Amino acid sequence: MDTTLDIFVKAIFSENMIFAYFLGMCSYLAVSKTVKTAVGLGAAVIFVLGITIPMNYLLQNYVLKEGALGWLNPEYGLDGAHTIDLSFLSFIMFIAVIASMVQLVEMLVEKFAPALYGALGIFLPLIAVNCSILGGALFMADRQYSTIADATAFGIGSGIGWFLAIVAIAAIREKIRYSQVPAPLRGLGITFILTGLMGIAFMSFMGIEYKNGDKKAETEQVEAPKTSQNIELNK
Amino acid sequence: MSETVEKTKAPSEPLFSKKNRKLVTDPLSDNNPITIQVLGICSALAITVQVEQAFWMSVSVLFVLVMGNLSISLLRNLIPSRIRIIVQLVVVASLVIIVDELLQAFVPDISEKLSVFVGLIITNCIIMGRFEAFAMGNKPWPSIMDALGNSFGYAWILLLVALVRELFGSGKILGFEIFGNNLPGEESGLYAMGYVNNNMMILPPMALIVVGIIIWVQRSRNKALIEDH
Repeated sequence: MDTTLDIFVKAIFSENMIFAYFLGMCSYLAVSKTVKTAVGLGAAVIFVLGITIPMNYLLQNYVLKEGALGWLNPEYGLDGAHTIDLSFLSFIMFIAVIASMVQLVEMLVEKFAPALYGALGIFLPLIAVNCSILGGALFMADRQYSTIADATAFGIGSGIGWFLAIVAIAAIREKIRYSQVPAPLRGLGITFILTGLMGIAFMSFMGIEYKNGDKKAETEQVEAPKTSQNIELNK
Repeated sequence: MSETVEKTKAPSEPLFSKKNRKLVTDPLSDNNPITIQVLGICSALAITVQVEQAFWMSVSVLFVLVMGNLSISLLRNLIPSRIRIIVQLVVVASLVIIVDELLQAFVPDISEKLSVFVGLIITNCIIMGRFEAFAMGNKPWPSIMDALGNSFGYAWILLLVALVRELFGSGKILGFEIFGNNLPGEESGLYAMGYVNNNMMILPPMALIVVGIIIWVQRSRNKALIEDH
């Protein structure tokens, strides 16, 4: 089993939303012309993923999943509630939660943190239809995280991964203005190819083993031989 | 909104008038949703490893877009503009649920391979984009034509990318071995001569590079599309 930290690190690097799954590409391509706006949108994505993923996790585990309504049985005497499977409703429920949370977050930020609203404000409405938010919720449901902490770590990690990706491409696009790109490739074409190359670079993170997660497994095994590598890792 | 409604008032227009035909043919090349408008890339690239998946994805998008454009167009005068995004999302989400249930029932293995990407049709920017830009201001019939055009435009790019990736990545198209048998020990065809599959094509980033090359070819053929940075 992965620990919370593993899930967090994996979500940022080896399972990066942009480079491994291409989620949120539309706004990634449209808003990555300057670093400043890219930072704004990236921060808004971290923010919204960090809020909607735990919300959708609760919804998934206490309402939608097969047997999730079991808590109705003892308290309300509804026999057979544990047999209800509402998972076919998950698309519409997730998107409703995301759209309304984005609206709510926008209003709250505007009221209580006007400075933050100035920075994120115009990006928040864009985010309701950003694939990475709904994609995050669907991946969360697909992978069946065991605790809400894991789900939150996944949400924030994916957000940070997305942030990294968009800020990196924006920085490259700012510089590429000064290089001689073949005319038909200018703008969109070169951005696609650059993203592809960055994706290949990010694939190198896939080889990393997350040793933290294996610690429990190691202790359960019969005396794992203490090589110098193991000792180094335990420090 | 009222202006756009008036613009399309042509009571005795034939079903396949020039304007309507243009709605279908335009998105195929000069106004392609993927390579020109840069919409709908989110769910498009991850499922282009095999032609079969790309085909079912295109069919799903075709269904959702046509039905959605039709419903939004019929409802266009009833939807208050303040909550239109939510209404549009509900329409798409319901249609996607239908598609997902149908795929699970009739082609379960494909449905498993597409996994979350069927759900992601909801946030496919092409669909929301067409609702916002076209169906909200036009009559049902032109909306259907527009939906058809855009989903075909989406489909052919998707199938082309999938074709390239499947052919060079695994030497097959729709499961048929094009370059001969690749089993170790009993190679035939090109493999017997030392040809090796390019495994790179199977990796996700290659989808982006293939689309980048398609954009390159398209823009060098039609200079009007070139951006100035």
